[in-house]
Amino acid sequence: MQYQLMLSLISGIFISGVASYLGTLMLSKKMSVVAEPLAHLAFPGVALAIILGFNISLGVAPFVILGAILIWLLEERTKLPMENLSAIVFAAGVGGALLFLPVDKAEEILVGKIEKITYPETIIVVISSLLVFYIIQQLYQKMMLINVHEDLAIIEGINIKLYNLFYLLSIAIAVALGVDLVGGLITTALIAIPPAAARNISKGLKLYKILAVILGVIAAIAGILIAHFLHLPTGPMVVVSNVILFLISLVFHKKVF
Amino acid sequence: MTNTLLEVKNLNVTLDGEKIIENLSFEVTKGEILTILGPNGAGKSVLLRTLLGLLPYEGIINWQQKSKIGYLPQGLTQLKFKDFPITVQDFFALKNPKPNIEEVIKFLSLVGLEKDTLLKNAGSLSGGQFQKMLIAWVLISKPHIIFFDEPTSGIDISGGETIYSLLYQFWEKEKLTIFLVTHDLNIVSKYSTQVLCLNRKGHQCFGPPSEILTLETLSKVFGTEIKFYKHH
Repeated sequence: MQYQLMLSLISGIFISGVASYLGTLMLSKKMSVVAEPLAHLAFPGVALAIILGFNISLGVAPFVILGAILIWLLEERTKLPMENLSAIVFAAGVGGALLFLPVDKAEEILVGKIEKITYPETIIVVISSLLVFYIIQQLYQKMMLINVHEDLAIIEGINIKLYNLFYLLSIAIAVALGVDLVGGLITTALIAIPPAAARNISKGLKLYKILAVILGVIAAIAGILIAHFLHLPTGPMVVVSNVILFLISLVFHKKVF
Repeated sequence: MTNTLLEVKNLNVTLDGEKIIENLSFEVTKGEILTILGPNGAGKSVLLRTLLGLLPYEGIINWQQKSKIGYLPQGLTQLKFKDFPITVQDFFALKNPKPNIEEVIKFLSLVGLEKDTLLKNAGSLSGGQFQKMLIAWVLISKPHIIFFDEPTSGIDISGGETIYSLLYQFWEKEKLTIFLVTHDLNIVSKYSTQVLCLNRKGHQCFGPPSEILTLETLSKVFGTEIKFYKHH
């Protein structure tokens, strides 16, 4: 039992840490909302996995990554804003999945399954988290300049198309991981809340990034432990912990640092 | 002319099926301040962005020398930075290569900003401070050619004057070539060496300010009567 809790904690820390870090970029691009439709793409993946009888996690990642590439291609072609395209992808995901998804078997996809995560899954979580963390670190400064002004970024020699693709792929992987932790309905919380709380209390970019990751990790640890000892569902508890941290951050709004 | 920097011939730019720039030809010599003048929607920013290679076009745009280009786009204000906690120092660190801190301080002081601006949130600067900071941001890469798209929009008149005289000083000292979009006719007559007017009705003109800044030409370009007091 303690061994299982350990695995959950390790996975939760890594998933939440990387989601928060990525979220600091997404908040500034007003992109936090994009994560949610991508997370909903987990639904058709899960539906397919249940119907074909293979591991649910394996169904999630390809669909989410496919969705990210789809959004990227559509943005190139139609020049519609990413948020809007994501809404379309979201509709496609949920609509398509609900046609086939046996809802009674769908609890894992709704609230996550971090409390049941296995040893091999934990290894995959840790490795993918580190990979995404590395990618985001590499593209962070350039992505930030693209956020500020695309023309400015081009003049500075940045290939926006390429960076956007890597950015979306990182989001896709982080979201697929997030579905494991809190389920497909509330994945956005992991990406949106810690950066929002960190923004409330920091002035510079560096502190903002570090605080977001720390807050995200604290929320994950607190959520998993509270849920474990009070016998509550883990995913929702992690999200509620995030919300509580955000509320606390409001008190310190720009006064502390 | 051996010192020709840019040659534009029969330039046509069409965006979303709408012809924005039609058969435009002009030349720019190294070391000039070319002002692009025209009413709203005449395609001034489009021209700048086309010259920078940001938009598709037909015709010839021929840069004679490979030069380092700096660009200050239109409408980039401190409001853009309200969303996220980014200090002035952070903003300079977004440049590639990242300038060292002494250099940033040097350029900030060149545009008249205090050292403590470094740690201020970029979104909390005033309009004038922010614009000065952007100019320092552009200048720190030591460009030879600079594109300024309405660098003083949203700043009061005296603030605007300060910024233009600052640019003028840099132009003299560093022998820059400047492409400038502005609505301010007094600035045009005071600082530019060449003027290019654009308007969608086909009234284009190109020449030194003394030739272009006449009531007759201006009313053709802007299509209304214009009051303009020339400096002597």
